[in-house]
Amino acid sequence: MSFLVGENMTCGYGGADILHACTLGVDPGEIAVVVGPNGAGKSTAMKAMFGMLHLREGRVMLDGVDISALAPQERVIHGMGFVPQNNNVFTGMTVEENLEMGAFIRRDDIAATMEQVFGLFPILREKRKQPAGELSGGQRQQVAVGRALMTQPKILMLDEPTAGVSPIVMDELFDRIIEVARTGIAILMVEQNAKQALNIADKGFVLVQGRNAYKDTGAALMANAEVRRAFLGG
Amino acid sequence: MTDLLNALVIIANFIIVPGLAYGSQLALGALGVTLVFGVLRFSNIAHGETMAAGAMFTMLFTWLLQSMGIGFGPLPTALLALPFGIGAAMVLCLATDRAVYGYYRRVRASPAIYIIVSVGVMFVYNGLIRFVVGPQDRVITDGQRFIMKARAFKQATGLNEGLAIKTTQAVSVGCAVLAVGLLFWFLNRTRTGKSMRAYSDNEDLALLSGINPERVVLITWLITAALATLAGTLYGLDKSFRPFVYMQLLLPIFAAAIVGGFGSPLGAIAGGFVIAFSELTVTFAYKRVLAYLLPDSMAPSTLVQLLSTDYKIAVSFAILVIVLLIKPTGLFGQRTA
Ligand SMILES: Nc1ncnc2c1ncn2[C@@H]1O[C@H](COP(=O)(O)OP(=O)(O)O)[C@@H](O)[C@H]1O
Ligand SMILES: [Mg+2]
Repeated sequence: MSFLVGENMTCGYGGADILHACTLGVDPGEIAVVVGPNGAGKSTAMKAMFGMLHLREGRVMLDGVDISALAPQERVIHGMGFVPQNNNVFTGMTVEENLEMGAFIRRDDIAATMEQVFGLFPILREKRKQPAGELSGGQRQQVAVGRALMTQPKILMLDEPTAGVSPIVMDELFDRIIEVARTGIAILMVEQNAKQALNIADKGFVLVQGRNAYKDTGAALMANAEVRRAFLGG
Repeated sequence: MTDLLNALVIIANFIIVPGLAYGSQLALGALGVTLVFGVLRFSNIAHGETMAAGAMFTMLFTWLLQSMGIGFGPLPTALLALPFGIGAAMVLCLATDRAVYGYYRRVRASPAIYIIVSVGVMFVYNGLIRFVVGPQDRVITDGQRFIMKARAFKQATGLNEGLAIKTTQAVSVGCAVLAVGLLFWFLNRTRTGKSMRAYSDNEDLALLSGINPERVVLITWLITAALATLAGTLYGLDKSFRPFVYMQLLLPIFAAAIVGGFGSPLGAIAGGFVIAFSELTVTFAYKRVLAYLLPDSMAPSTLVQLLSTDYKIAVSFAILVIVLLIKPTGLFGQRTA
């Protein structure tokens, strides 16, 4: 069993179930990528794993402990970080304040962690006094990832971190994400750019209509003819 | 030359000085409204009554201090009573939140429901105030009445026109500057203040960052109670304490908050002065000013008043409509009101 795993998750937004016995997992130092068509329930699965939705069935396990009953804030304290798909920065606050707020649960000195984030994303150091809402799409995503890293999480969950950025910036971001994974953090990531994402993935999940359609190593999924035809555009 | 100076003195005496004082009072009121809107996400119709309640508490403590023979020299005794008044208003706001608003937060009520609920709170506060002190007009101002008297100004400058500055006007501006400075320092420099801005900016992300919403709500009520009590007391000192005028202040206060941009503290302050000066300039009779400035042959025979003071409430309303039509986000806001 993986370090973080959502097992047989079945849930929705009050109406019909969106996820049906969906299972996702990731281990330290590993990049796990979730792909699938629009509306497949990828974001829903991330929210479910972070405790933002009530699970009707199934459970979420962290390091062998059932955390299904924990609120999102408590999961943050237990070492999980989440970058949501939308509205993932405090637009009215400066880059520096965004990072400070990311570290809100910490009472120790956060200067070193902020240095690490600036080391990872040098542009943020330059723009640290600027409101995050004034930054470009790519820079905002860097703020969003940086904010989530401020708690020094063991697991980083990213929902489409490259949405709306140029291909060059996307490659940049992927490189940074690989760098983060090398430090031993587990990364569970939803991606629209399935091909590029599976290329850097240790593990891949293909979701269709709230169900696991395929689950394999990134390379194996890339090699799978069916997956290529249906989800990777040939 | 002296004609020009005399004209300027009239304007200073009847528009600038009262405008600064009234603008400060409105700005403090609007700050409370805008904070509740920014953090708790509803338009607090009960804010006027919160001001009235805070002013009432301050008045009660002022009487107590006066009965014990304690004064504040040339300044109004009410300033000494203010911290106690603020404390009592904080208790009232927190009690209201526990008894009323907390429930609607848990069931995630829509903003429309909140507005109706706050109307209910307004009526309850209103009844409470009448029950405790009654509806009548009271003057609680003591200490020295003027820091500059019109006659002294005339003697000192040799001008025809006098400039009077009431102690309460200076106190209004002074307290507002102090309170706003403190508030901005708190919001921009302290961890708790920043967490309040973060929660107001993006509630979900604040939760994901481990910010405790109940604590943010608590602090917001404490600050709102302090601002409302200060605004209510300053207004009561400057004019007089009459419980039902605070309900009439609600329109200019909301207009100020909306003109500045709902949810923006800076906007609330700017809005407060915009409304105050608009009211005063539109309802001021320019006859005497023009008499100084124009040659005798052209001196106006009418009052040259755009709008009778009875209609001053219409000024706020007109500004409100214009802003909502032309720039619904207000001067500094991102959100539409
Ligand atoms: N907040 C919500 N309330 C109700 N339904 C939602 C909500 N968010 C998403 N859905 C529905 O859940 C399904 C899956 O959405 P989502 O998880 O966002 O898909 P994906 O991220 O894979 O594109 C969609 O049918 C969508 O309409
Ligand atoms: Mg999505």
